[in-house]
Amino acid sequence: MASEGGERGERLMTTTRRRPDLDEETPVTPELEKAAEKAESRRGFLISVPAYGYLVLFFALPLVLVLVYSFASRSSTGRTLLEDWNVESYRRLFSDLVLEISARSFLLALVTTLLCLVVSYPFAYYIATRTPRIRNVLLVLVMIPFWSNFLVRTYAWRVILGSDGFVSQISQAFGGEEIRVLFTIWAVLIGLVYGYLPFMVLPLYAAIERLDWSLVEAARDLYANGFTAFRKVTLPLSMPGVVAGSILVFIPSLGAYVTPAILGGARETLLGDYIVSQFLTARNWPFGSALSFAVMFVMLLATIFYFRAGAKTL
Amino acid sequence: MSARGAPRTLVDRLLAGHSALVYLFFYAPILLLMVFSFNDNDNVQIWTGASLRWYRAMFENDAVMSALRNSLVVALLSTVVSTIIGTMLAIALERYRFRGRGALDGLAYLPIIIPDVTMAVMLLIFFFQSLGIVNDIFGTSLGAGLGTITLAHIAFNISFVAVVVRARIAQFDPAMEEAAADLYASRWQTFRRVTLPLIAPGVAGGALLALTLSLDDVVITQFVSGPGSATLPVYVFGLVRRGVTPLINAVSVVMLVASMILVAISLGFQRGSVARGQGLADPAALEEDLRGSRSDAETSPAI
Repeated sequence: MASEGGERGERLMTTTRRRPDLDEETPVTPELEKAAEKAESRRGFLISVPAYGYLVLFFALPLVLVLVYSFASRSSTGRTLLEDWNVESYRRLFSDLVLEISARSFLLALVTTLLCLVVSYPFAYYIATRTPRIRNVLLVLVMIPFWSNFLVRTYAWRVILGSDGFVSQISQAFGGEEIRVLFTIWAVLIGLVYGYLPFMVLPLYAAIERLDWSLVEAARDLYANGFTAFRKVTLPLSMPGVVAGSILVFIPSLGAYVTPAILGGARETLLGDYIVSQFLTARNWPFGSALSFAVMFVMLLATIFYFRAGAKTL
Repeated sequence: MSARGAPRTLVDRLLAGHSALVYLFFYAPILLLMVFSFNDNDNVQIWTGASLRWYRAMFENDAVMSALRNSLVVALLSTVVSTIIGTMLAIALERYRFRGRGALDGLAYLPIIIPDVTMAVMLLIFFFQSLGIVNDIFGTSLGAGLGTITLAHIAFNISFVAVVVRARIAQFDPAMEEAAADLYASRWQTFRRVTLPLIAPGVAGGALLALTLSLDDVVITQFVSGPGSATLPVYVFGLVRRGVTPLINAVSVVMLVASMILVAISLGFQRGSVARGQGLADPAALEEDLRGSRSDAETSPAI
């Protein structure tokens, strides 16, 4: 009898979860449902075990290790000593040099985000207001460069901006000055906007595409002009996309490493570069760990801010 | 301000012009790089005629070829493993409720959101520490190399595969699986005959994306690679930092074209999801999903 119950539970589970008329012989008792739900939940857990295990081992555990290392000390030869725990690395985060690098990176990430937003909004709006067929083509044309090789796309700008690259040649052909953009913060800005623009376009597109156009029409019916209707209806309704896109651009811009390494100058160190140098050249792992952790912390704050803002606007 | 289907207005024209410029911005650098990779001259910037000279040089370059081999080995291995694990993860998250689901959901998204550099740092420390422990216990002398690179690539690819597959699962009606079950199909039969064929395009799309990401990754790979295990992007990155050469142009174009083709095929498989702005088309939905699952976890009673 017990085994029969178990079998029935098994069968019940493979069908819908709540269907009391499934079998008239045995009434589906709350216990039976509960047993079925329990087995179902166990099955779900079992399926997720490989991913769970892998992510805990190769993601969560490393994350904890970074935190541990950030409190470790360092021998005179640069070896990390897991003893003499201290907060020296965190204290160093407030040194003038680090503050300067952080401020520069923040500003750069902020300007990148704003530029992406200004360029993307009308662009996403245009795509979202096309017919579905055209929309799909336009969207795929955004996504192909988005997911293709980031390193090479950045490298292309190095070729273009180089001292006798295209920009310079064009400028000189028109009798202008030789333009020196490469190895300055401006080149990094161009590279970042170029690399992360789709991060802004796609959520904006999704938000605009989803919005209820009858509301815009209603505004127009109430004698709002095009601009007012946009400002009072379209823009507020697409705010979740604005916030999501901004965070998705801001976070990688803040931790950018490849773009400054290829396009940036040696004098204007940025956070990503600085973190890498702590591990690969300066060999100060505790300090590098503290820096990475600080960046992740900011990232976490940004994400929480997004959830808050999103919750209000939705 | 034009709604769908409205006649073209000035604003609409301006928007169209702006969009054309944005597309130019997206594609012009790529096209210029492609054109210049066929330049015959030793100097990258001076055009003297078309030739395949640098492509030939690339195939004769041992360092490039060995880096390419490393890249392919890592990409294939990590794609196979992450596709299997990622698909299972997607099914578990999309179709089941279980204890710890909310936490797993959050954990699965983190590798996508976190900056490359921080993940690279995490894995560097982890492999340094864990290889040290393993070598102490077993008396081996394992070091960083293709193995650690593959393990690292799987770690970030699982999440991307899961997102793509989830978008696909969300599209089809669970009633299909239930119908199979009603017809006395076993769980395995249901999966094999109903679920798998339905999600196959999503799985294929996810696998191709994993392959692309693995072939393209620089930062994380650089941190967890050892002597002689540089992949193609890591090798190219090292060269690029020193300067621009025609050889790099040729190698870059090959890498770029390969990744664009893979992405295009991947998007083809995900067609439905792209149109609906799901999965990778929509990082916003990704975040929303995260929020949704969080509130689920709070409201649903602990089973």
